[in-house]
Amino acid sequence: MELNQYLEVFIEESKEHLQACNQQLLELEKNPQDVSIINEIFRSAHTLKGMSATMGYEDLASLTHQMENVLDAIRNNKLTTTPEIIDVIFMAVDHLEDMVQSIAAGGDGKKDVTETVEKLKLIEKGEPLSGSANKEVAASAVLEADQESHYDEFELTVLKQSKEQGFGVYEIGIALREDCLLKAARVYMVFEVLEKIGEVIKANPSVEQLEEEQFDQEFSITIVSKEDPEDIKAKIMKVSEVVKTEIKSLVFDQESDDTDGEVFSNSETPAPEVLGSTSSEKTQSIEAETAPVAEKKGSAKQQNNSSKTIRVNIERLDILMNLFEELVIDRGRLEQISKDLDNGELTETVERMSRISGDLQNIILNMRMVQVETVFNRFPRMIRQLARDLNKKINLEIVGAETELDRTVIDEIGDPLVHLLRNSVDHGIESPQERKAKGKNEEGTVVLRAFHSGNHVFIEIEDDGAGISRDKVLKKAISKGIITEQAAAGFTDKQAYELILSSGFSTAEKISDISGRGVGLDVVKNTIESLGGSISIDSKENEGTIFSIQLPLTLSIISVMLVEIQKEKFAIPLSSIIETAIIKDTDIMNAHNQKVIDFRGKVVPLLFLKDIFEVPSEPAVDPFHSVIIVRKGDKMAGLVVDSFIGQQEVVLKSLGNYLTNVFAISGATILGDGQVALIVDCNALIK
Amino acid sequence: MAENEVSDLKVIVFQLNDKEYGVPVSQVKSIEKIMHITRVPHTNPFVKGVMNLRGVVTPLLDLRVRFGMEEEAYNEGTRVIIVSIEDKEVGLIVDGANDVIDIPTSKIEPPPEVVGMAAEGFIDGVANLDKRLLILIDLNKILESDEAIAL
Repeated sequence: MELNQYLEVFIEESKEHLQACNQQLLELEKNPQDVSIINEIFRSAHTLKGMSATMGYEDLASLTHQMENVLDAIRNNKLTTTPEIIDVIFMAVDHLEDMVQSIAAGGDGKKDVTETVEKLKLIEKGEPLSGSANKEVAASAVLEADQESHYDEFELTVLKQSKEQGFGVYEIGIALREDCLLKAARVYMVFEVLEKIGEVIKANPSVEQLEEEQFDQEFSITIVSKEDPEDIKAKIMKVSEVVKTEIKSLVFDQESDDTDGEVFSNSETPAPEVLGSTSSEKTQSIEAETAPVAEKKGSAKQQNNSSKTIRVNIERLDILMNLFEELVIDRGRLEQISKDLDNGELTETVERMSRISGDLQNIILNMRMVQVETVFNRFPRMIRQLARDLNKKINLEIVGAETELDRTVIDEIGDPLVHLLRNSVDHGIESPQERKAKGKNEEGTVVLRAFHSGNHVFIEIEDDGAGISRDKVLKKAISKGIITEQAAAGFTDKQAYELILSSGFSTAEKISDISGRGVGLDVVKNTIESLGGSISIDSKENEGTIFSIQLPLTLSIISVMLVEIQKEKFAIPLSSIIETAIIKDTDIMNAHNQKVIDFRGKVVPLLFLKDIFEVPSEPAVDPFHSVIIVRKGDKMAGLVVDSFIGQQEVVLKSLGNYLTNVFAISGATILGDGQVALIVDCNALIK
Repeated sequence: MAENEVSDLKVIVFQLNDKEYGVPVSQVKSIEKIMHITRVPHTNPFVKGVMNLRGVVTPLLDLRVRFGMEEEAYNEGTRVIIVSIEDKEVGLIVDGANDVIDIPTSKIEPPPEVVGMAAEGFIDGVANLDKRLLILIDLNKILESDEAIAL
C-alpha cells in the first residue's frame, strides 16, 4: 500500500488527537472521577495506536498502547487518577508529540521511550489487575490480528454489549460468483436480508466501497442478531449469485465492563443503522448519542465540525489568491473601459461583477483565517507544568480563543506568546507565600486575551503579579549601557518598561530578583515587528503587567499610502505613518548636514525619497513639499515625496528569491492598472 | 514535460547582438513581450526592475548588460524569457526569441577558450549546426549570488 499519500492526513489527525488528549487530561485533573473524560482520552489514544500501527510507526504504537492500558485501568476503576499518573501520561503525550513532529519533519518517528513505557507499566501494575483490561486487550488483539477485520474500540463495545443482551455476534464471510455482473446490487440484497434479522455493525470492505463495487468477490459483514446462525446463512444463500456464506460466531471475554454499561446507558439498541453510512460516521453518531452533553461540548463540536470541514493545502489557497488578484486587476481595467465607453448595459454588468468579486475577495481571505485557539490550546498544559515546576499557583484564563487570524500569522505567533507567558509566570506571578504577604489571593491569574479591533487583532497577556519595577529596569539598562543616566531621567514609565524588550537587556545569567524580566524578549519584539505588528507594555508595581500585541489581520493584504515620485509609484504601509503634511521650503532647517523640520515641537529629520531611491528626475523648483511623517518605535522621520495619490488596500507580494535584501524595500504590490509598485520599508529608513 | 532524450537537447533560441544563444527548454517557463517595468533601486545595473507576470512579481535581467554589451532601446522584437532554476524565477530581456530546435548532444562542444568574448563565464558550451553557431548559456552562472548592492 502506498502510505505516503496518507502521511499528511496521519500527521494532521495525530496532532488533533494529541491535542484532544492534552485538553482532556487537563479536564481530568479537575474532575478525576469523570469516566466520560477518560473514555474520550482512551478513544484518542486508541485511534492513534491504530493509525500509527497502520503507518508502521512502531514506537508510536507501542507507547500509545501502553498509555491505553493505563487509561483502561482507570476506566475500569482499577486505578484512581492521581496527579502523578496524569504527569506520566502527559509525559507520554509529550513523547508522542515529539515523534509526530519528527515524522512531520520527514524523520522516522523513532524515539527511545522505554523509560516512559516502564513508568506506565509500573502504574498499570501498581494495582492488582483483575485481568479484564488485559483480556479485553487480548481479545481485541486477537481480532486485530485477524487481517480481514479490524474493530475499533466502539465496535467492540457495541458487540460485547449486544452479546450481554443475549444477541449473537456473527462475522459472515460472503462470496459472490466470479461472473457476477451487478455486485453492488447483490450486496444490497444481502444487506436487505440482514437488516431484517438483526443489526449490521460493520462491513469489510466498508459499505461505501461495497456500493462502489470496490471488492473482488468476497466481503464480510458483522451483525448482531437473535436468529440462529444456520437460518441466517440459509437466508443469505437465497440471494442469487451468492456462492458461499461462512458464519463465525465471535467470542469475547464474558466478563463485562461496568463502564461500558455507562457508555451506553441511554441507548437501548446500541447499533445504529449502517447502510449508506460509513463506519466512522456511525461511530460519531454513537458518540453523539452517548456523550454527556454538558462536559463534552468541546469534543462534540469537533465531531460536528469534522464532517463539515475539508483540509486544503495552504499553497492552493495562495494560488487561488493569485488568480483572484489577476481578476481584480482586470476588473480595474474593465471599470476604466466601461467608464470611457459610457454604455449603460456594460456599466451595469461591470458594476455587478465588481460587487461579486468584492464578496469573493472576502471569502478567499476568510478561508485563510484560523482561530487563534489552535495556538492557545497548548498553553494550559504549559502553564500547568510551569506552575508545578516553580511551585506557584496559577490560574490561566483564555478569552476570545475564537478570534481569527491569517494562517501565516498564526504559524509565527506561537513562540513569542510562549516567551511572554513564561515571562509572566516566571517573573510576574509571585510565590503563594509572597502573594499572601501582600494580601493577594494565593493563586495568581494569567489572562490570555484575543480580540478584533478594526483591521487588527490584539492579543494581551495580563498577570496580576509583581509588575515591573521602573527603577530596577532603568538601573539595569544604564549598567548595560543601553541608555545613559541623563536619558533615563526623562523616560516615561512606559518607555522604561519597553526597555526590557531592547536587545542586550537580557543576559544569559539568571537574575534572581524580579528585575530578571526580559529574558529573550527582544526576540519576541523582533518577531512581532517582522509580522507587521507591535508590542507594548503596561505595568503597575505589585498589581501586575499587561503585554499587548497588535497584529495585522492578514499578512497578504495591507493598507498603504500610495505616493508618487516623478513617474514612479511607491507604497508606504499605513501602520508606520503618523500623518501627512505639506511643508514650505522655509520650514526646512539644517542640523549637522541633515535637513530637519520642527514637527509639533520635535526635531524630525527629512529624508528625500527621490535621492534614497535614486529616482531619475529633473531638478524641480517647488517651494512646497509633501511629507509623510513615519515612525519606528519612538523615532520619527519625514519622507519627502512629490505627491500623495491616496490610501489603498493592496495585496502584498514578495520580490521573489532572486532579489533578496533590497535596501528599504520590503516587498511589492500590483496596482489596478497591472503595474508593480514597491512597498517602502520605513524601519530600514529610520536609524 | 517529457524527459529529453540523451541524444537530443531541446533549446529555445534567442538573439543578442546578432548572435544566437540557446537555453534548455526545461528551464524556460514562458516567453513574454516586454511589459511595464518597475525599477527597483539599489540593485545591480543589469537588473532592470520587476514586472507583473500574471500576478507574480518577476525580476527582469537585461542580458545585454549582464554580458557587458551595449544597451539598446527595447523595441517590438524585444522578448522576455521567463526562466526558473531551483527556487528562483526571473525574466531575461533579449533582442528576440522565436525558435525551438533540437540539438544532438554530440554536436555540443565545451566553450571555446576565446578571451574577450562578451558572454565569457556564462557559457555552458557551443553547438555547431551547419554554419549556425549556437551559444548555450549557463543559467546558474547568470543568476549567481546577485545580492542587491547594499548602501
